[in-house]
Amino acid sequence: MDNEVVIKVDKVYKDFILVHEKKGTIKGIFTSMFRRVTIKKEIQHALKGISFNIKKGEFFGIVGRNGSGKSTLLKILANIYQPSKGKVYTNGKLVPFIELGVGFNPELSGKDNVYLNGAVLGFSTKEVDAMYDDIVRFAELERFMDQKLKNYSSGMQVRLAFSMAVRANADILLLDEVLAVGDADFQRKCFDYFKTLKKNKKTVVFVSHDMSAIREYCDRVAFIEDSVLVSVGKADEIASKYTQMFMTENIDNNEGHGERWGNGLIITSKVEVNVTENYLEIIQHIKANKEIENPIIGIRVRDSAGVEVLGTNTKIEKVKVGLIKSGNNRVVNWRIPNILSDGNYVLDSAILHEDSITVADWWDDAKKFRIAKDRHLPYPIDPGYKLTINSVR
Amino acid sequence: MGKFRQKYRYSLILLRELVRTDFKIRYQNSILGYVWSLLRPLLLFVILYFVFTKFLKVGNGVPHYPVYLLLGLLYWNFFVEVTMGSVTAIVGKGDLIRKINFPKYVIILSVLASGLINLVLTSVVIVIFMIVGHVSVSWQALILIPLVLELILIALTAAFFLSAAFVRYRDISYIWEVIIQAAFYITPILYPLSRIPHSFAKFMILNPFAQVIQDSRYVLITHSTETISNIYGGDKWIWLIPIGITLVLLVLTSTYFRRRSSAFAEEV
Repeated sequence: MDNEVVIKVDKVYKDFILVHEKKGTIKGIFTSMFRRVTIKKEIQHALKGISFNIKKGEFFGIVGRNGSGKSTLLKILANIYQPSKGKVYTNGKLVPFIELGVGFNPELSGKDNVYLNGAVLGFSTKEVDAMYDDIVRFAELERFMDQKLKNYSSGMQVRLAFSMAVRANADILLLDEVLAVGDADFQRKCFDYFKTLKKNKKTVVFVSHDMSAIREYCDRVAFIEDSVLVSVGKADEIASKYTQMFMTENIDNNEGHGERWGNGLIITSKVEVNVTENYLEIIQHIKANKEIENPIIGIRVRDSAGVEVLGTNTKIEKVKVGLIKSGNNRVVNWRIPNILSDGNYVLDSAILHEDSITVADWWDDAKKFRIAKDRHLPYPIDPGYKLTINSVR
Repeated sequence: MGKFRQKYRYSLILLRELVRTDFKIRYQNSILGYVWSLLRPLLLFVILYFVFTKFLKVGNGVPHYPVYLLLGLLYWNFFVEVTMGSVTAIVGKGDLIRKINFPKYVIILSVLASGLINLVLTSVVIVIFMIVGHVSVSWQALILIPLVLELILIALTAAFFLSAAFVRYRDISYIWEVIIQAAFYITPILYPLSRIPHSFAKFMILNPFAQVIQDSRYVLITHSTETISNIYGGDKWIWLIPIGITLVLLVLTSTYFRRRSSAFAEEV
């Protein structure tokens, strides 16, 4: 690896001024002039004295929680925002992917959008002409290129945008984690692209809070918390540090906002998920609005890609719930060995009538929770492995 | 030097694509499409032509008054299109600005380019009217080139200020609408300047826009147009005033634009 520094971040500060009384109109200026209203200004320090270097050919990660300032930092690296203090030096052509398909216009055809997005990425019409067929083939949209983008499904749009993005010709790529959203198939494509980048020794800055991706691809990682750079170091080291911080975090405030349906004769009033190192504890608080006999109470866990990982219900477990009088409560406590892989999960809570057909309360995404382990496997289950290797004559 | 060229290469690529997109979107779902950019000023012209020759008769005494009026209207149309378009141009491209860094002046240039394309297309109509009206053209018409350039600079001056100021002060769009209305009447577009009291005309012609229109009419259509030089008794140096005003304002507004442009991403 080359030791040449291609990005130098030197004591970068970024403040955002939040104006509470809106001064966005000329009337605002006048009224505040005459009435002597003191305009409340709040300064939000998004970044405080961040410094680090990125070397040529490095796959450099930036991790941090939502609101930690990592996206602001990425925008400063991309020269979209200007730092309030400090400087960023970059050496080489830099292409940012804050989002896929920048400039896409829903009113234009797929074909026009290819040229438009191509221009945003710095390709002339001739250059896009030359690679147009490849782009379309890669996106698997041959039959749709004359249709307006607004008639595309979101999956089709992402496919088109992505097949443009992989063409980007840059020395330095800035990738935001939003790239890795979408279905599993698309995520795989994304990660394949990352692998190619890594193989081709491109300098990549990758912002994410997906520790598995960070461990797998990054050489070094910067960890940002509360606008401050906590540490820079080897990917494994930082990822462990990061996950450890979450082990101790309370995950109680992660209410889900999924779909919910059913006749409501009996409902889940609250669910709790407690994660310990060895166990996953799921507590369902059930309330009957009408008298009901032997309802079936179930749980289901899905991973971030929506894949159902595990689940069961009282019928399968051969537990009779019995008669619940109107207005009475029950608390169902599930204890499951914590064999899930590191990552984000959602819990669905369901209550059915005894006939196991009539839905009383089906609540998708009732709770979001996170499993933080200091190792990551690309499979949903990590039950722990014991292995021995014996030499055989 | 290579870096320098690279920078402008990107601007040009973007500019071209923005103009193309703008045209495609503007005439989508309209049956006549591009024809509208010709038809709209022409219809306006027809209305004004009837009002001002048949009822108000202000154009009496001006040779080739229809062509004279049309030229003024086309210039005006260009100016309105560019300035009104640029007011919301930066904010309208907010999505792009927030996602990628590029020279922001490209947006203004794309609005200008769209306006210019329309100006060129509509000037075909002028040529037709000139042929029908037997307007003789001399080599003097070549002076139109620097005049149109000045017109472009005037429009750019306003565009830089309006687009950058609108990001902060959304009142700009309403204010500009009113100013544009007023400007239409204090600029000699509909009426010949000879109808205005001399002392007042002396003042009005210092407006760079008025000077450009009158000079263009003079070199292209009829020498009985009151130009700035006529009004000031043949003084050639008087041109320096409107040109000077334009250039000074252009430097001021483009500097303002450049200074503000680094904060666009946070404010749009």
